[in-house]
Amino acid sequence: MAKKERLKVRQQEAAERIKNYDEVPFGYDDSEALYEAARCLQCKNPTCIEGCPVNINIKEFIRQLASGDTAGAIKTIKESNSLPAVCGRVCPQETQCEEKCVLLKTGQPINIGALERYAADWEAKNLKIQASHITPFLGKDGKQVKVAIAGSGPAGLTVAGELAKLGYKAVIFEALHLPGGVLVYGIPEFRLPKAIVKREVDYLKTLGVEIETNVLIGKSYTIEDLFEAGFEAIFIGVGAGTPMFMNVPGENYKGVYSSNEFLTRMNLLKAYKFPEYDTPVKLGKKVAVVGAGNVAMDSARVSKRLKGVEEVHVIYRRSEKEMPARHEEIEHAKEEGIILDLLTNPVEIIADENGFVSKIKCVKMELGEPDASGRRSTKAIPGSEFIIDVDNVIPALGTKANELLTTNVKGLKLNKWGYIDADPETGATSIPGIFAGGDISTGSATVIAAMGAGKKAAIAIDGYLKKINI
Amino acid sequence: MYKITLKEQLTKDIKLMGILAPHVVKNAKAGNFVIVIPADNGERIPLTIYDWDVKSGVVYIIFQEVGVSTVKLGLMNAGDFVYSIAGPLGRHFHVEKYGNTVVVGGGVGVPAIFPIARALKDAGNRVTSITGFRSKDLIILEKEMGTVSDEVLFATNDGSYGAKGLVTDVLKSLHDKGVKIDLVVAVGPVVMMKAVSELTKQLGIKTIVSLNALMLDGTGMCGGCRVTIGGKVKFSCVDGPDFDGHLVDFNELTSRLATFKAEEKISLDHCKIHLAGR
Repeated sequence: MAKKERLKVRQQEAAERIKNYDEVPFGYDDSEALYEAARCLQCKNPTCIEGCPVNINIKEFIRQLASGDTAGAIKTIKESNSLPAVCGRVCPQETQCEEKCVLLKTGQPINIGALERYAADWEAKNLKIQASHITPFLGKDGKQVKVAIAGSGPAGLTVAGELAKLGYKAVIFEALHLPGGVLVYGIPEFRLPKAIVKREVDYLKTLGVEIETNVLIGKSYTIEDLFEAGFEAIFIGVGAGTPMFMNVPGENYKGVYSSNEFLTRMNLLKAYKFPEYDTPVKLGKKVAVVGAGNVAMDSARVSKRLKGVEEVHVIYRRSEKEMPARHEEIEHAKEEGIILDLLTNPVEIIADENGFVSKIKCVKMELGEPDASGRRSTKAIPGSEFIIDVDNVIPALGTKANELLTTNVKGLKLNKWGYIDADPETGATSIPGIFAGGDISTGSATVIAAMGAGKKAAIAIDGYLKKINI
Repeated sequence: MYKITLKEQLTKDIKLMGILAPHVVKNAKAGNFVIVIPADNGERIPLTIYDWDVKSGVVYIIFQEVGVSTVKLGLMNAGDFVYSIAGPLGRHFHVEKYGNTVVVGGGVGVPAIFPIARALKDAGNRVTSITGFRSKDLIILEKEMGTVSDEVLFATNDGSYGAKGLVTDVLKSLHDKGVKIDLVVAVGPVVMMKAVSELTKQLGIKTIVSLNALMLDGTGMCGGCRVTIGGKVKFSCVDGPDFDGHLVDFNELTSRLATFKAEEKISLDHCKIHLAGR
């Protein structure tokens, strides 16, 4: 029996943290990690591992932590997960490993995420990254077999790491100027410090992974160019990057940013440091974010931290219970003073005489019966229109397939939403030698889901390459 | 980091730069653009590709120093390295045999019409170029436009070279002389593209314009470059930058281009103070 309570992670107070971009949770210190690890029951049949999309041997790494063997713990984690410092921070553990923890029924599941983060941060502090010695896998021509990876987000980084460990030359092509995909342009500094992404990427480089930034597959090089250049397999992990808008009047007024644009300005291009950094962002006193997923919470919380912003609204057509964001993110947002305008839907954006946003017209909503997907339908209440004074509107309504690459590949089968039709178990596409995974085949999902897809694809790519080379 | 192989001053504030970027050049076509970041704290600036050389891997851009990023880029010299250059971006210009074509360029839009004129000429079209500048001393690419055009006409605001007036005046007089025009391509300031499109709409001539919306990634990810074309929202980075001039909502484009006007001034002043302190 676990006699002790789950140990909460210490974090920055809300009043303090809205004035900075530093990480919100501090993470466990050594004694806290020992305490939490010691709570693990070390189940004979650990169900937590099934809950992990990359099947980290959670039981073993927690046992190692509890016995003081942190170096062993991080080694165990890295056998299954190349990006533990990222996952320990941004994985929705509450719907994955921790949901499967047998202690859940006591309301006190092990804080697996915090322990994973602890192990990864301990490694960064105490161990030097060392070049790995991996025996290259040679093709028929005696040269190391090369794999091209389009996109350096969580899926691409995972595929590259796994294949590099198997002796392949993995070359990642990234369209932006920094590697990391959504980890650098999307997720804010206070949830995932960019130094951590850089550290994880540097680790992959020690495995022999090469990263070419500023290269767009489908534009700079076509798929044919890559095969011609000697790549024997290609993994497409370009994400689902195209932002959706509300399609209401006024959406092109100045001061309306898609969440992608806003977060890219702030996270990738550091607009919060303007004019030291050249990229500007312009928010007024009042900001309305539309949507209630994690990206909406990120947009709202980043807005709140920008100097001059006094009031941030989250406008969502359903109730709090239906908000798709992680519970923790919603709580953090509320603590930081974000106003939730629930059962509310925008119908029009209104501008001042200079074309800058000045108001948003909304309508009250009511919930109906659950639809086929189980989510409750919504209906506007006639005559309930009202106006909120705002200076900015940030639609955070999800994304759809980015067609930049997919429509430039002859014979690549797409599904009706424009995502790549890839085998969920192997990532195989309609073209031999081309694999895909992450959001570009599933639609918007989580970092860890993309990593899980990357891991499966890496296994399949290895199988494919061995078959054609031996 | 990408090496600057060449830098030439074309006018007081317009510069030509060659950058070693084989990844951009390999599949570059007329109408494509690049995104350049001068230094690591810089903006991602979209610039139309002026020319490229597959053999040497060098891409050529021509830019006017109008804001902090182009000023910073303009301070760099051959032998220096730009932090980043991505491309080729955007849909390339759709070339076919139209017949009698007129390419219209205004100011720093002229480098953008150069490869388009060349592609049209290579495809067997007759190409008349109309280039407009404020005055004679601001003329660029006179010789180069001559090599890709059957005829080059000039318009200057003060009449110091070619016709006195605007490019639309020259275009109108061509039409009035009875020249049958099958296609007009116009690249330049928004007011110019708007004026050309309004004129050709009256005259019933198909017109393509290349839009210079604000953008970040250039890959369809931010949506900052959204423009309204025939009532539909399009992203100029991936759906364009070329659009049917008769369908573009130029007023919206003009308004959106002014989003960061105040910030652009702050940024430029900040940069100048910094430079003065060096």
